Amino acid sequence: MSQPFLKVEGLKKVFPGVEGGAGVTVFEDIHFGFEKGEFVCIIGHSGCGKSTILNVLAGLDSASAGNVFMNGREVSGPSLDRGVVFQSHALMPWLTVNQNVAFAVTSRWPEWSRERVHAQCSKYLELVGLGHALNKKPHQLSGGMKQRVGIARAFAIEPKMLLMDEPFGALDALTRGVIQDELVRICSATQQTVFMITHDVDEAILLADKIVLMSNGPQAKIAEIVENPLARPRMRAIIHHEPDFYPLRNHLVDFLVTRSKRIAEGHLPDDYDPMHPPLVRPVAADEPRVAAVG
Amino acid sequence: MPLSLNVRAVIVSLIFLVAFIGLWHLGTLPDEAKKAYADPAYAALMGGATPAKSGIPSPGMVWHTAVTNLSNPFYNNGPNDKGVGLQLGYSLGRVLIGFFLAILIGVPLGFVIGMSPLMRKALNPYIQIMKPISPLAWMPLALYTIKDASFSSIFVIFISSIWPILINTAHGVSSVRQDWLNVARTLEVNPIRTAFRVILPAAAPTILTGMRISMGIAWLVIVAAEMLVGGTGIGYYVWNAWNNLDLSNVIFAIFVIGAVGMLLDMILGVVAKLVTYQE
Repeated sequence: MSQPFLKVEGLKKVFPGVEGGAGVTVFEDIHFGFEKGEFVCIIGHSGCGKSTILNVLAGLDSASAGNVFMNGREVSGPSLDRGVVFQSHALMPWLTVNQNVAFAVTSRWPEWSRERVHAQCSKYLELVGLGHALNKKPHQLSGGMKQRVGIARAFAIEPKMLLMDEPFGALDALTRGVIQDELVRICSATQQTVFMITHDVDEAILLADKIVLMSNGPQAKIAEIVENPLARPRMRAIIHHEPDFYPLRNHLVDFLVTRSKRIAEGHLPDDYDPMHPPLVRPVAADEPRVAAVG
Repeated sequence: MPLSLNVRAVIVSLIFLVAFIGLWHLGTLPDEAKKAYADPAYAALMGGATPAKSGIPSPGMVWHTAVTNLSNPFYNNGPNDKGVGLQLGYSLGRVLIGFFLAILIGVPLGFVIGMSPLMRKALNPYIQIMKPISPLAWMPLALYTIKDASFSSIFVIFISSIWPILINTAHGVSSVRQDWLNVARTLEVNPIRTAFRVILPAAAPTILTGMRISMGIAWLVIVAAEMLVGGTGIGYYVWNAWNNLDLSNVIFAIFVIGAVGMLLDMILGVVAKLVTYQE
């Protein structure tokens, strides 16, 4: 079997206890992988360690045990191959929109001329619909516009994988919808591989090809990996008319409301194998079927 | 139509100014009774001056002194008779040299302390014990080791202005948002570029605040230092005027010191505004 593009093996994180007390194992035995060009969302309740997993993938945090491989090479420390969109946009307030993106572009390609850097910045800022705001400072922008700059900055370095930590968590529903549509458009145009944390079931259905479900922490596990039965391109305006939409949505909501807690209490299927979490594909007029294990 | 707040503030300010000068003027009117009983021989001894001259000078007299001094501020008639502009120049020169030396040492050292928890803990006791020492307490040691009054004053300015710069730089650097540092890390930006492109601009407003405090202290200290070592400078100018019992020059110098101090603070205020960012 060939190696997947991104492979996570036996990841575990222990946070040190207070004043020498026993540490808290946030998650353990995390195994999953995905292919180039896939959009993967991870869903779970607060405290299950989603952000820590993303930070380990980004190289900003280190795991207590386990390894991450991308393209067959071990991830150790941050890299320009993995672009990160931060939850709090993390724009530098003393730089203009264009300068913020240019900071990333010149870090990626230090040898580029000023014109080439500017062209690259403009291209990606226009892609997120901010071509008119190049010379504005972040404080002059709305929350949604700031997050778009963050997305443009991450895309502009053309990373092999994009990591997004709840990028739309702080936005209102309307703005979120608009930016989600843009993200769908950009990702399908660039064939970008994305790993994203979200709390929003509908967002996951719209964006993700695979949805990783995590049980509640501590000792969180990957309960299952859900394959999105809805084919790309998924359109927000019509997606909820697809026959498979509600089975998928109900499956995810059921998981978040009841099963994630029961699994944390130890109610795992007898044949549960953390190395190969069950792969599920909820479709209409049928109970969720356990598909072939990847 | 009601006047704007600024206009009303200016009017109230002017009322205070007029009241202050009026009271001052009334308080320094020549005392007729004393004049009558003054011993003519004593008056002659004092150079035939009017009795009011040896008392607190009136606003008019200080104004006259100011006009005389400012009309020719840069004359030089030997060690004890230099124009006020020249003396200010000496003081400003010492303050600026000491202040820039403090920036040169304080900012990089503050960076190290801000970035390294080990260095912060290791150096903190020294900073805490050095900070409260009156800068003038260093003067004998400085005079003995440096053996030059002017450089000793510069050293005293340096030692008094380094602490706010050092402490504010360390604080500004250590409280740079982790998000911005993470951005730099994920972009594989090297530490030098991170320091200049991320940490320095992020900490600049805090560093400038430290510089403003330092400049204020330096300007306070230079007057005292120059009174102590003598020779040149606005502090010596005050002391020299006092030795000549020339109180109107003392009062004039006090106003000049205040005005220059305000000007220095305003300049740093403008610089601070340039580096301040809005989140």
